[in-house]
Order: sequence, then C-alpha cells, then structure tokens
Amino acid sequence: MKAEIRVALVGNPNTGKSTLFNLLTGLNQKVGNFPGVTVDKKTGYCNLPDGRRAEIIDLPGTYSLYPKSRDESIVFSVLADKGNQQAPDLVVVILDASNLKRNLLLYTQVADLKIPVVVALNMMDVAKKDGISIKVDSLAAKLGVPVVPISARRNEGIDELKKNISYANKFALQQDSIDVKAIAPQLVDAIGEEMQIDNPYYALQLAHQHEHLTFLSESESSRIEQLEQTYNFHSQKAQATETIARYNFINDLLYDTVKVKEAAHEENTSNRIDRILTHRVFGFLIFFGILLFIFQAIFAWSAYPMELIETLFVWMQTGVHQMLPAGPLTDLLADGVIAGLSGVLVFIPQIAILFAFIAILEDTGYMARVTFMMDKVMRKVGLNGKSVVPLIGGFACAVPSIMSTRTIENWKDRMITIMVTPLISCSARLPVYTLLIALVVPSRNVWWIFNLQGLALTAMYLLSMISAVVVAWVMKHILKARERGYFIMELPVYRMPRWNNVLLTMFDRAKTFVLEAGKVIIAVSVILWVLSSYGPGDTFQQIEKKYQEPQYGQKMKPSEIEHAIASEKLESSYAGHLGHVIEPVIKPLGFDWKIGIALITSFAAREVFVGTMATIYSVDNADEIQSVKAKMANARNPETGKPTFTLAVAFSLMMFYAFAMQCASTVAIVYRETKDWRWPAVQFLYMTVLAYGASFITYMLLK
Amino acid sequence: MKKLSQLQVGKKGVIKEFTDLEMSLKLMEMGCLPGEEIVIERVAPLGDPIAINVSGYMLSLRKQEASTIILQ
Repeated sequence: MKAEIRVALVGNPNTGKSTLFNLLTGLNQKVGNFPGVTVDKKTGYCNLPDGRRAEIIDLPGTYSLYPKSRDESIVFSVLADKGNQQAPDLVVVILDASNLKRNLLLYTQVADLKIPVVVALNMMDVAKKDGISIKVDSLAAKLGVPVVPISARRNEGIDELKKNISYANKFALQQDSIDVKAIAPQLVDAIGEEMQIDNPYYALQLAHQHEHLTFLSESESSRIEQLEQTYNFHSQKAQATETIARYNFINDLLYDTVKVKEAAHEENTSNRIDRILTHRVFGFLIFFGILLFIFQAIFAWSAYPMELIETLFVWMQTGVHQMLPAGPLTDLLADGVIAGLSGVLVFIPQIAILFAFIAILEDTGYMARVTFMMDKVMRKVGLNGKSVVPLIGGFACAVPSIMSTRTIENWKDRMITIMVTPLISCSARLPVYTLLIALVVPSRNVWWIFNLQGLALTAMYLLSMISAVVVAWVMKHILKARERGYFIMELPVYRMPRWNNVLLTMFDRAKTFVLEAGKVIIAVSVILWVLSSYGPGDTFQQIEKKYQEPQYGQKMKPSEIEHAIASEKLESSYAGHLGHVIEPVIKPLGFDWKIGIALITSFAAREVFVGTMATIYSVDNADEIQSVKAKMANARNPETGKPTFTLAVAFSLMMFYAFAMQCASTVAIVYRETKDWRWPAVQFLYMTVLAYGASFITYMLLK
Repeated sequence: MKKLSQLQVGKKGVIKEFTDLEMSLKLMEMGCLPGEEIVIERVAPLGDPIAINVSGYMLSLRKQEASTIILQ
C-alpha cells in the first residue's frame, strides 16, 4: 500500500497516544521492526478527507528527545533521519491537556527540529474537571501551529484532526521556542557548517546523540566528537541548561493561555483509590487477591469453551477417518494435522482471558501502582519495580515480556529480569498443568470456594514466582553493574479500562499466538506423526508378519492383536527409538520413553506436550478416538499394569515443565534482545539443571 | 540544607537545587525544576519509594533519588 503522506505520532506515555492511533487507523495496522533495532514499529493507514492516504507511525511514548531507554531512542532517530525515504512529513504531537506543562517540553523539542507539526490536545474533558481552562486559539497562535482539541477516549475531534493533517503545511511554521544557539554557539555553528545543517537544534541534538545514531557514518560521528572537544562541550550541562530554558518558555506561554482554578486542595478520586490500593496491608492483600482471582478465572471461565473446542476436533477427527479412505494420507490429516491444530486452538480461551486481565491492569493504571509497591522488594533481589510488568506479563508469554524489559533503563536490572522471566509460569505451561492436574487431582471444593485443582494450579504459579525471585537474588551477586538505576516514574491517574482496547489486545495476542506458536506446533505434530508412524528398515512389516502367525490368531481376539501391533509399532518407530535413547536419563524422574518423546518435542515449545500426548496415545489406540485426558487416564504401564500417570509422575512432570527452558521462541528472543549467544546459552543450561533436580526430588518424595 | 527525602507525608517544599547532575536531568524533564512546589503525597507500603505531586501530576521516585533534591 502506498501512502501519500507519512505522519509520526509523538507524545508522553499515558497521553492516549495508542488510543488515538487505533482511532486513526482502525484495525488497519501492522507491527514491524525499526531497521537495525528491536523496537516495535506500529504503522497503520488512515484515509484523509482530501482523498489522500496517510501512513501513521506510532512512536514509543517519551518525555523528551533525550532517550533514557532503548525504546525512547527510536523517536529522535526516526524524526532526524532526513535522508531516509521513511522520514515523516508531518508530526502529530499529542498533549495531555490536564498536564500541559510537562507535555509541552517534548513539543518544544520536536517543534525546534522544524518538521511540520499539528498538536492534538487530548483529555480536554479531564482538564475541565480538574478546573483547568485552556484558550486553545491563543495557544495555537502563540505556537504557530494548529491545535486540535480531541478526546480520544470518546472519539471526539478526530475528524477535525484528520482535516488538519490533510491541510497541514508542507513547511514548518512553528515559532521558535528557545535560543538554541546560546547553549553551545560555536559547536552548533561548526556542526552546521561542516554537515550542511541549517537547523541549530538538529545540530545540537547530533552533538548529544551522535554515538547512538545509525544514520551517521563513523567518520561523521568522530568528527562531531572532535568538534565537541575543541569547543569544550559538556553534554549533561548543556541538557540541563536547555531543559530549564524550555520550561521558562513554557511558563511564559502558559501564563495567559491556561488558567487553573485555585480550588482548595481537594482530594481527587485517584488519590482516594490509591489510599486503599497502595495501603500497607490492603495493598498487598488486594494485589494477591487479584492474582488469585485471575488464575481462578483462567481455570474456570476457559473450561467450557475449551471443552467445546476439544469436542469439535474429536468430531472432526472422527469425520475425517470416516469420510476419507483409510490410508497414510488420511492418518496424517486426522492424527497429525487436526490433532496438532486442536492442540493450538484449545489454548485460545486461556490466552485471551489472561491478556484481557493484563490489558485491564495496565489500562486502569493499576500496574504502575504494583510497580510502586513492589520496587523495594524487587530491588532486594536484584530486580527493579519495573521488572514487575515483564514478570506479570511472563504469566502470559515470556516472549513479549522479554521484549517489554526495554523500558528498564538499568542494564543489570534488565539482564536479570530477562534471565528469570522464562521461569514465570507462562500460558504455554497452563495446558500442561491443567491436563496433568485434571488427571491426578480430584475436582473437589475445600473451604467452600477453593477448588482443589485451582489450588494446585495456584501453587504451581506461586512456585514459579518464588523460583524467579531466588534465581534473581543469586544473579544479583554474580552480575556486575554497569550504571546506576533510576526509578523516576509517572503514576497515571486511575481510569476506566478502554474496553475496545482490551478486546483488541485479546484478539491481537490470540492471533499472534495461533500464527506464531501454531506454525511450530503443527510442524512438530506432523513431524512427530511421521516419526511415530514409520520405523527404520522393514521393522513394521515384520511386526505385521509376526502377528499373522497362527499362534496369535488362536490366543487373541482381533482387536487385541490390532492393539498389540499398534503399540509394538510405536515402540519400534523412530520416535520410539528416540524415546528409548533418553529413557535411562529420565527414568530417575519417573518418566517412560513415551513421556520422553513429549519432552524432546516440547523443547520446541511447551504446548506441544498436549499435542504429542494426543498423537502418541491415538497411535496407541487408533480404533477409539477420545480426548487427550481420557487417553492419558487410560494409559497403563505395560510392566505393572498400573496407570502411567500417577500423582508422583504427574507432579514430577509438572516440575520439569516449570523449570525447563522448553521454548525455541524465548531462546531466539533472548538472543535478539541481548545480542550475545552466551545469555540464552547460560539461561538454557541453568534452567535445564533446575528442571532435572526439581523433578528428581519431587518424584523421590511422592513415589 | 533540607532534602526532599526528609520531608514528611502531606508536607510541601520548593525545589532549590540538585546535588546530582545526571539525576537532575531526568528529574527536570519530569517537571521537577528549581522553584517548583512539591507535595509528598504518599510513601510506598514498604517505606520506599515515595510519590510526590509536582505540577499537577503524581511522580514516584526512590528515597535515594529524592535525597538529591535540595529544598529551599
């Protein structure tokens, strides 16, 4: 799709930037990457009233053009890379009307780059409620740019904003804010002259940020460095001077455009809510209550839709077997592809519920309070209050959570967070746990409201949190700090969650999961089916031949013979061989070679476990199609005749899944985020050792 | 010399200067400028960090960070 105008969306965090982006682009958006860096690039298209098509780029929220984290560093890079075809033609700066002063700092910085600007003044309704009145027209006149009052939440003023985007000038008309040259006169002139830059603020920004800008050549960057030394440039002092000058400008600007009613300092709603939610006792109780509620909900609410999906797939599998002629292709379709698909789709309810809760917690502003409450504890174990968000996100999926650690400015805190996040019980473990718990833990209520199965699940989640904390504490003593950590963070006011945003997140995550994890799972299912349906050489024919001998026909019923053939085939298949190879290693954990097959395939992705179980046991009893749980419950140890999945085996298996790094995507993302293979390697190693140890101990204790 | 970290909950203070240049850059960007009035809104349940009200919004920071802010 070709766009006739490129628009970048810039603003502070919590200003409603994403909401505005969603309003402008609708579902017509995609997430990509900025070249060379791993920052999500959200772009979408918007039809303008003049018939043109605008490409909207949602840049990460930032308080200033001077980046404090990796996400923020992208903002200046995008705005400044003028040689790039992708450079924006227009910037829409979104400002929070109820907090105009701090928001205007970023505006003045962007405006001084002399890119055409339109201001979207969001949250006018909140400002009015707070007794703030803004003379929009005189503000616009003073800034020299269009100022459009909007309410992104209520979908107000968006058409007006689109109109202003389409009629925006090609040239920057904004007024100068501060005298940039005064900050470093000679240096700005020298850079401007040598690099043919006529914008003094652009030259000054290059002086500050040249080391991190990919579009500068090495020689350009080192030349700037030389000039800085010649003219005695002190980056931090210059920044301080600039910020103070900008706020002086802003104070003058706001003096006769904004009036704040001098009401008695009445306590606002947010403050009253905080009094309870960050209370020293209730605060933590409520937090753990919310976590418990979420896990119970995941278990309870997803049960019915999951059952429905399972039933549907059993029905489809039966249908395929009945409608199509028997043969390897039908088997591949029914037992490989459909069984694999059902293994993927069955998680959708759980993932959707979890992501909905996380979206609600973030949207309401509660997540920031959790960060606030937990910072001291987290720091004790080598983490940071901001680690709480990735760790809680880890309950959903480690992959986006590890990506979200980019908001942690401190290197050491970030690395430790990355290293421990995969220990947090992710949604891919959930089906493994629910399946095994349903298998061995009775569904019974204790103390009226607590379901025994729900409690077992909560225990697994608690264990994952404790292990993450302990490992973080150990790493705190191993890793050396590179720089100091900050915890200067805005606590946004509480708001009602934007339900369509919650729905969008649910939909988006479920889709990503099905597409990304689905590929792996279906591929693994098909490979697994092949591995378990074929064996080396002519072993399969020999087995068939063996059972054709009259001695079997006399002693056994035809169905028994079929069953014996099937299980013997599985054992001598490629998968069976593989399982047997690792059986000596996993025997002390209570696992047989069939579970061994599941463990091997799970190293691609944990959720493959359920699919593998389905495939292995449906190969085993091809004549009767049942749900995975029923198949596993019926599984018997061939030597003892007792059920394979005893309490000890099931819990030992859960321990293995709790600790082992069985996720190819996480390994890949850790590499991508750390740019060093040693991090994922160490992570994989320590987690595997922990998994083996924990499984071994559990099996020994419960046996 | 009174530091922000020594201020009680509910009390007001006016920023005079900073003792740490690097920290002051971030603080000033967030609106904590010399001459600005600050109110301590609350302290986290475990005693650290603290939440302050500055130019009409809530900002949280650690006590150690607050101790780099000198009040008038």
